[in-house]
Amino acid sequence: MSASQPVEMDSLFGDYPLDNAFDEMREATGEVRPHYRALAETLAGLPQEELQRRKQSADLSFLTQGITFTVYGRDEGTERIFPYDLLPRLVTAEEWDRIERGLTQRITALNHFLRDVYSDEKILNDRVVPRELVYSCKHYRRQMRGLQVPRNVYIAVVGSDLLRLNTGEYVVLEDNLRVPSGVSYMLTNRRVMKRTFPQLFHSYGVRPIEHYPQLLLATLRSLAPEGRPEPNIVLLTPGVFNSAYFEHTYLARQMGIDLVEGRDLVTHDNIVYMRTTDGLKRVDVIYRRVDDDFSDPLIFRVDSSLGCAGLFNAYRAGNVTVTNAFGTGLADDKAVYAYVPDIIRYYLDEDAILPNVKTFILSEEKQRKHVLANLDKLVVKAVGESGGYGMLIGTQSTARQREEFARQIEANPRNYIAQPTLDFSRAPCLIGNRLEPRHVDLRPYVLFGDKVNIVPGGLTRVALERGSLVVNSSQGGGSKDTWVLE
Amino acid sequence: MLSRVGDSLYWMSRYLERAENTVRQLDVTMGLMLDTSDTSAETRWQRMMASLGNPEGMEWNGDLESMARKLVFDNLSPVSVTFCVNGARENARQVREEISSEQWQRLNRLYHQMHSPHAQAQFRTSINDALASVIDGIHLFKGVSDTTMIHGQGWQFIRLGRYLERAYATATLLEVYQADMFQEHEQDHSGYQYLELVGLLRCCTSFEAYCQVYTADLSPARILEFLLLNRDFPHAIRYTVDGIRHAIESIQRTGGRRPPEELTAVIGRLHAMLGYTSVGEILAGDTAAFLHSIREQSMRIHELIYRYYVQYSIQSALAT
Repeated sequence: MSASQPVEMDSLFGDYPLDNAFDEMREATGEVRPHYRALAETLAGLPQEELQRRKQSADLSFLTQGITFTVYGRDEGTERIFPYDLLPRLVTAEEWDRIERGLTQRITALNHFLRDVYSDEKILNDRVVPRELVYSCKHYRRQMRGLQVPRNVYIAVVGSDLLRLNTGEYVVLEDNLRVPSGVSYMLTNRRVMKRTFPQLFHSYGVRPIEHYPQLLLATLRSLAPEGRPEPNIVLLTPGVFNSAYFEHTYLARQMGIDLVEGRDLVTHDNIVYMRTTDGLKRVDVIYRRVDDDFSDPLIFRVDSSLGCAGLFNAYRAGNVTVTNAFGTGLADDKAVYAYVPDIIRYYLDEDAILPNVKTFILSEEKQRKHVLANLDKLVVKAVGESGGYGMLIGTQSTARQREEFARQIEANPRNYIAQPTLDFSRAPCLIGNRLEPRHVDLRPYVLFGDKVNIVPGGLTRVALERGSLVVNSSQGGGSKDTWVLE
Repeated sequence: MLSRVGDSLYWMSRYLERAENTVRQLDVTMGLMLDTSDTSAETRWQRMMASLGNPEGMEWNGDLESMARKLVFDNLSPVSVTFCVNGARENARQVREEISSEQWQRLNRLYHQMHSPHAQAQFRTSINDALASVIDGIHLFKGVSDTTMIHGQGWQFIRLGRYLERAYATATLLEVYQADMFQEHEQDHSGYQYLELVGLLRCCTSFEAYCQVYTADLSPARILEFLLLNRDFPHAIRYTVDGIRHAIESIQRTGGRRPPEELTAVIGRLHAMLGYTSVGEILAGDTAAFLHSIREQSMRIHELIYRYYVQYSIQSALAT
């Protein structure tokens, strides 16, 4: 540790380990990075009791606001407070500039890709992306072929997951193009942090994110069907048992729109209505937080009662906008992911600004053999899953788990991909009275209406267990506020 | 407003009103059992059950404390206080975005209070305190509902639920009491009848209000008049019917759709019946039938509200 740092820093850092992984706060030499210096000094200058008091007051704030998520598979206590860390993650203006440009490029290209695949299939005819890969994707929706989507926008709301490698470079781990969640935690984290560290927040010059609901509303409005100048916009939720129900109520309230369930909607003559106490009211734009499968029992899963019968035909007729469009899961399939740099080059004639993580396609024999021989070093993921389900982390697995996965891969190679185990970056977290580094990712939220809009920030997810690489909230992860500096 | 939301707010409010009514009746009945009158504990319990609609599984077993505990905490019985609080909270949870944070926090606190081990312990040491704290919780919720929520359609559905439940419960209570109380005309000076009458008034939190209007001179006819026909007291049936009428008018005004004539007619008829009948006429005629008719009409209002605002057919809605 450098001698120029105040003495208190020692007790705060304690045995804060530095190794191969990139540390957001400290250089390899132990020196605190320039943009983290003010934070470190503030922390070192605060008495322990004061830090704990602020922590408790923030806890209470989350509790009384009822910021919860639902854990599946338990009878009781299914509502949990979302765990969070008190210290902000800092992102410099240069870093953010690259992220913003990279994501804009990526989302633009992916939207081109979806439009192309569901209409002309140029990219398939030119053999840039294998046809079998697209057609065998679980989320490919035949029903979307040849359908005109409003403004050609398939993916209006996106949350892409970024990691930072040991070089300090940001890479994209996955794109969430179906119903990405977590944005309410980004917004509530910020509200609590502003109250917890008002001075520090002010002195840092943090770019605001609070206008996200307004931007989302504007995005949804821009996608309304023609001839509906005062569109009735609603948020469609699966209901109170969904894990993200808190977020649905939060966003509906922040935007001032109705939160509807499938049973509130009816269709007649290809027009969607909602049942109100004043009779039927026409619905123009649906911000859909229900998966494709459950959206319309006449078209998708017949046993679903969450959606609205006839919704898809009304959508096809152009009488209602549903966003994100159906079938967008095609482009966040983890095997299609491997082709995203090629997709960007194909449509935009540019190199990807944000690189991909090296990905092995297991339906190709050579790559599969390599993966099966190295299962203990790699991470294997099911292509259509999210939330950390259906995953094998080789370095932390047992021989039996590896055998099980090898069997499944042999049986259905298209269903899996493999990636190297990434030593992604760590950020300081307040664990007890000490700072300790924990692995973090970053999920910025991208809106795509008239143009691409990204609020400067996002949800930094934290693997709160020491050494853990899993950041998903359903698997014991937490979050922290993300400060993008001016 | 979404029909489902109106429905949830209505039931949230009905459940809380029901919980409050049950708690109050239990409190009064247990108080009356302290006095050594001719009426046995079993008779009192049965009378209370009759005024709560004779729920299943609440047959007298000879042990007051265990019966009371069951009536408060047995969350499998649809008449229990806990069941009603659970129902109110579940409905509120489904319309979390429609109610204010204060409302949600109050209701949530009441819910956790009912389920905490502390509630059971308090029940053992002092049943009265335990019951009083439940009532407090409900009163706080009603207070913040009135002060933190927009007085729009949602709030009107809350009022509809509250007043319909109250009209129905009070009519049932009077129907049960009328058999032995309003028929006797000779004054009983033993003091027990006085306690009975005070009990009836306290079941509707109306003892003090009654005294302000009639002095403490309790007579069955005046009590009936007060609980049925008073236009200024919130627990009198006439007042609640006024409330229902105003709520429907206000829903119509903000929504711009005329309520069906059937609904306004039923409400109007009940309103007129209570506004233009004297207690003498009621007692001279068939009192039981009069009270029963109030119950039937409130059920009918409930059905029509449902048919018109919540479960209407698509064809009928498209036609208008």
